[in-house]
This record gives sequence, structure tokens and C-alpha cells, in this order.
Amino acid sequence: MDFNALFSDFGGYTITGLTVGAIYALVALGYTLVYGVLRLINFAHSEVFIAGAFAAIWGWAALGLDGNSVASGFGSIMLYLLVGALIAAVASAGTATVIERVAYRPLRKRNAPPLAFLITAIGASIAIAEAFGIYTRRRPVGAPTLVKNDVLFTVFGAEVTVVQLLILGSALAMMVALDLFINRSRTGRGIRAVAQDANTAALMGINKDRIILVVFVIGGVMAGVAGMLYDIRIGTLTYSVGFLLGLKAFTAAVLGGIGNLRGALVGGLLLGLVENYASALFGSNWKDLAAFVVLVVLLMFRPTGLLGESLGRARA
Amino acid sequence: MRQKLVRLVGGVAIAALALGGAAACKSDSGSDEASGGACDAKIAFFGALTGPNAALGINENNGVKLALDKYNKENADCQVTLVPLDSQGSPDQAPGLAQQAIDDEKILGIVGPAFSGESEAANPLFNEAGLVAVTPSATRPSLNEQGWKNWFRVVGNDLYQGPAAAWYIENELKAEKVFVIDDQSAYGAGLADEVKKVLGAKVVGSDKVQGDGKQSDFSATVTQVKSSGATAVYYGGYYPEAGLIRKQLTGAGVTATLVAGDGTNDAAYIEGAGAAAAEGSILTCPCMPAAETGGTFEEDYKALHGVDAGTYSDTAFDAANILLQGIKAGNTDRTKLLEFVKGYTGQGVAANYKFGANGDLDPESVRVFAYVVKDGKIVPAKEIPKSW
Repeated sequence: MDFNALFSDFGGYTITGLTVGAIYALVALGYTLVYGVLRLINFAHSEVFIAGAFAAIWGWAALGLDGNSVASGFGSIMLYLLVGALIAAVASAGTATVIERVAYRPLRKRNAPPLAFLITAIGASIAIAEAFGIYTRRRPVGAPTLVKNDVLFTVFGAEVTVVQLLILGSALAMMVALDLFINRSRTGRGIRAVAQDANTAALMGINKDRIILVVFVIGGVMAGVAGMLYDIRIGTLTYSVGFLLGLKAFTAAVLGGIGNLRGALVGGLLLGLVENYASALFGSNWKDLAAFVVLVVLLMFRPTGLLGESLGRARA
Repeated sequence: MRQKLVRLVGGVAIAALALGGAAACKSDSGSDEASGGACDAKIAFFGALTGPNAALGINENNGVKLALDKYNKENADCQVTLVPLDSQGSPDQAPGLAQQAIDDEKILGIVGPAFSGESEAANPLFNEAGLVAVTPSATRPSLNEQGWKNWFRVVGNDLYQGPAAAWYIENELKAEKVFVIDDQSAYGAGLADEVKKVLGAKVVGSDKVQGDGKQSDFSATVTQVKSSGATAVYYGGYYPEAGLIRKQLTGAGVTATLVAGDGTNDAAYIEGAGAAAAEGSILTCPCMPAAETGGTFEEDYKALHGVDAGTYSDTAFDAANILLQGIKAGNTDRTKLLEFVKGYTGQGVAANYKFGANGDLDPESVRVFAYVVKDGKIVPAKEIPKSW
């Protein structure tokens, strides 16, 4: 136990933990949305994330930025970021749509048991990850340095860098937008209705299949942006990183209460913090253990997660 | 109609299975009489061909392929086939694959297992079966203390490489504060421990991370390195994590030189870290620079595979050649081939080979080189003086 390492740099560990957590939270939204509507864990969601992360890198490459490039100029950086986010969002939403069409819809039409969905999800996940692996010859792909990692300002002795602010800021903005969309818009009402009772919603004239597709697309957009933010933060992408990140994001969703959008945010940030503090206290090799111990202990006392399941609850 | 079709397809599948099974049985029982002729001999490559650390395994498999390609061209009437066994570098998969190799009686020798962890899991089985295994890259020192009679290593182990890295950190980098990281693998932790032992009080901090692609975010480690004020960072592990750590260290403004071992000595490290961040990194390897290996190995490799030879392509090529020379000399069963390798001496492209009683490379044959990343390429820096 190295309390000294943790407390001498507490602010630093907090900020980096929150940054990691923000990416977890964005990916967790995809799990939570699909679960809220379909009662289905979309284990292929990790590959939705990977598709966006690769698409952003390849999009930048098409614009002439490889792993060794450094972008400069505020205007062009913003442009690259927007283009990257757009390409990533489209690629991820596309991947999610394909997964829903190929792996889930045919099963739903035949009233397959829930276990069958689990198997097709894992199958789709492996197939997509391996396809990326073969295409990249299983080697890491470098992302360009778009945003210089300069220190912006200092709070409580913690240095906040541009990258950290960018990730936290854009993740929070996306989540607020999503929350408004689900709670205020017509489609959002449709999503909540299907989540509450799919058959009744269908009787009221809601096109269930369309709503399900929308849910996958929204989850994909969030995961795509998370993929681009991951590229910027980590700087290197390997085809196999999706699995573990997906698992962490799923954990974050369960921690916050799966099916609950705000829960995904809380769960993601909490998981990022716990992991980072545990790394400082016990060494990096203990961080996964610490995360899962927290999960197990929390679920013992709050079986539905921190904020409980809510997408289908009456209040909304 | 549909029902019928399904039944038909199912029936065909079952028939095919039954036939396949019968054929397999047949080939098993027929192997006794066939073992007299050597022309259906096989050698296997055992290592990661997929998974997070596949780049090294693919380098090695390509080296073995080149050796076989040459051999089969020269001996067109009596060819040897290669069986690639993809362990994904994982000790969990190793015993099953090892058994698979043992059960195929045509396999006379193994090039591999490539990594130290999987070597510990597979070699007890190979040893029992008397199947010779020549590893081109498993460098954990304690592998030579296991009493395996089947096991040979054509590369210098970490007892040479660890102190060599420490020597470079002390005498060339002149670093007074060193941070040591390892990935908890049999290889990485072993190497890091050797470095720590030699550097002693100069090690100002250490951390253990997760290898095998299980970790991509090293922010906690980076924070520790930053506050330790180290001017050199030693990483014991493989290139995927090394690349990420280097990139994230540089991203956080840490300018300390990264020093790592042969598991990181691959162009994929630079691809991962980015040329700018990787610049100046020191990579040690008990392998000779291409310019010194002589012959046409580099050109032949490039001609066959379309890419440059990577780390351990040369040692794998040599390991395969040792087995092939044995088969050529008429040692066409496992016992004879094992005896042949035990007594083997000769010059390969990577070293002059001679094995000690424990199967390890004779200390006289070991040479460790330091390589440096310069302009996005790994180039030889200097040979590290022998301290053994």
C-alpha cells in the first residue's frame, strides 16, 4: 500500500481517472440503451467502439495525417476533430446497424431464446475483431497527434491538460444531449415507450423495429465518438483492445444501474476513479481486481446498481 | 421441402464426419509402416500467430518458412512440411497444442515455443514424449534449470540481456534515477528483476502493468514515473505495451529514455509509439545486426515474404535449419533427431551454435547488442561488452 504515491498526487490521479471514466461512460451508454429497450446485453458493442476508433484513424490518414503527424492551428485542429468524430460516429452507427440486422433481428423474428442472442453477439464480436486484426496484420496503428498535451490550468495541485478537458467536455456534452433527446423528443418518447412495454407501444402505433434500430444507432454514435476520443488519448490502436474496454464499459453500466442513462455516466466516472486510485495504492496490476471488488460489494447492497434501472420506469 | 433439405444436408455432414474419422484412424494405424520413409516428415512452429503479441511469432514463423522453402527446393524429392501451431502466446493454450503436436507422429521436431510462459507449460509434455524443441526466443533464464532433456535454446537468455541493459543504462545513458516497469510475464518480470538487481539503489520506483493486450491506459504508471524524476525507464515486456507506454510518457511530457529488451525490438514498437516518441529508445537483443549475419538471409527473406526480416526471424531460421540438417542426415525419428541436436555445432546466420548440457546456448556463443531507434528505424548502436 503506497498511500504516499496516492496522496502526493491525488489531483492528478483524479483527473486522469475521470478522463478514462468519461470514455467508459460513453461506451456504457450503448450497453445501457440496448438493455433498457431489449433486455439484451449487446456483447458486440465493444466492436462497435473499435470500428469507430479505426475509422477515425483511417479518416485522418485519408486527410494526410499518419501516426507521426502533428496538427497545428486552432481552426484546422477543430476541423480534424469534427471530421474524425463524424467519420467515427458514422462507422460505429453503421457497424451497430449491421450487427442488429444480421445478428439480432432474424433471431427476434423467430422468437429465439435469450441465450441465442448472447451467442450471436459473441460470434459477431469475434468476427469483427478478427477482421480488423487480419486487415491491420495484428499490428498497432498509430493516431496522429491532433491535440498537444499542454497543461491548461491547475486545480488543487492537479494539472489539467487540453486532451483531458476535451475528452471530459465532449463526453459530458454528448450525454446531456442524449438525455434531452430521450426525455424531450418524440423519438425519445417512443424509445421510453418500447422500453416500458414493447407490445403495448406497438399497439399505440410505434414502429418497434424502427425504435430498436434508432437505439442501436444512438449507441453506435456514442461509441464512435468514444473511439475517436480513445485515439486521441491513447494515441495507438490495436484490434484487440475492444474486448477489455467493452467489458469495463459494461461493468460501468451495471455499476450505475443498467438501463439507466445517468447511471452509465456515474458508473463510468466512478469506475475510472476507482481503477486509477487502486493503481496508485496497490500498483497497476491490481486495478482490475479493485474495480470488480467495488462492483461486487456495491451490488451486494444495491442489486440494481447505484441509480437503479430506469429507462422503462413510469416516471420518465 | 425445407425440412427434407435440412435432413439431407445433416446426413451428408454426418457421413462426412464418419468418413473423416475413419480416415484419421487409418492414418494413425498406418504410421508404423510409413515411419521408415522420411519423406513425409514434418516440423512444427509453436508460437503466437494471432493475439496481441503475434508480430514476434509471425516473424519467427516466416523465418521457419524460409528455411523450409530453401530445403524443399534443394530436396524436391523428399520434402518436409511445416505445421504452424498458433498458441496466441498463451500458457493456457500451450498444453493442448503440445499434445496435438505429440499425437502427430510425423512431427519430428518443434521450433519454439516462442515465449517463456508457454515454454514452461508445453515443454514438460514434449520432454516426456522425447520430442525435440528448439526455441528461438524464450529467454527466461530458469528455463534451463527444469531438467528437460528435449529442450534447446539458440538465443542468449535474460541473464546476459538484463545485466547488459543495466550496463547500458549506467555507462552509456549515465542515468542516476531509473524507473522499472514489467508486464508480470515470465519473460518481462524475469528481465526486470535482473535489471533491478544490477542497478540497485539507482532504481527509484517500479510498477507492474498487465501485458497480453489487457491494458492500454497507463496513466497511473505515467504519473508515478513523472513524480519519480527518473531519467531512464526500463520496461520488461513486449512491444504492444511498450509502444503505448512510450507514447503516453511522451504525451505527458516525460523525456526519460525508454530501455527495453528483445520482446520490444520490433518495428511494431515504433508503429505503436509513433516515430517521434520512439526516437532514441534503446532496445537490447541477443541477436546480431542484419549487416553482421552474412549470407543472403535478409534478401531471401524479403523476396519470400515481401517485408523485412524482424526480430527473431534469424534465430527461427537457424533453429529450423538445425532440425532440417538432422532430418537430411537421416535422423528420421524423434529419438535420433534429439540426439543429433544435442551434439550439433555449427554457424548459423545469428550466431555460432553450441549447446551446453542443460540445452542452453554456450556462453561463448552469446553476444548482446544494443539497438537504438533513429529516424523511425531500429539501427544497431553497439555491442555490449561481455561481462560473463
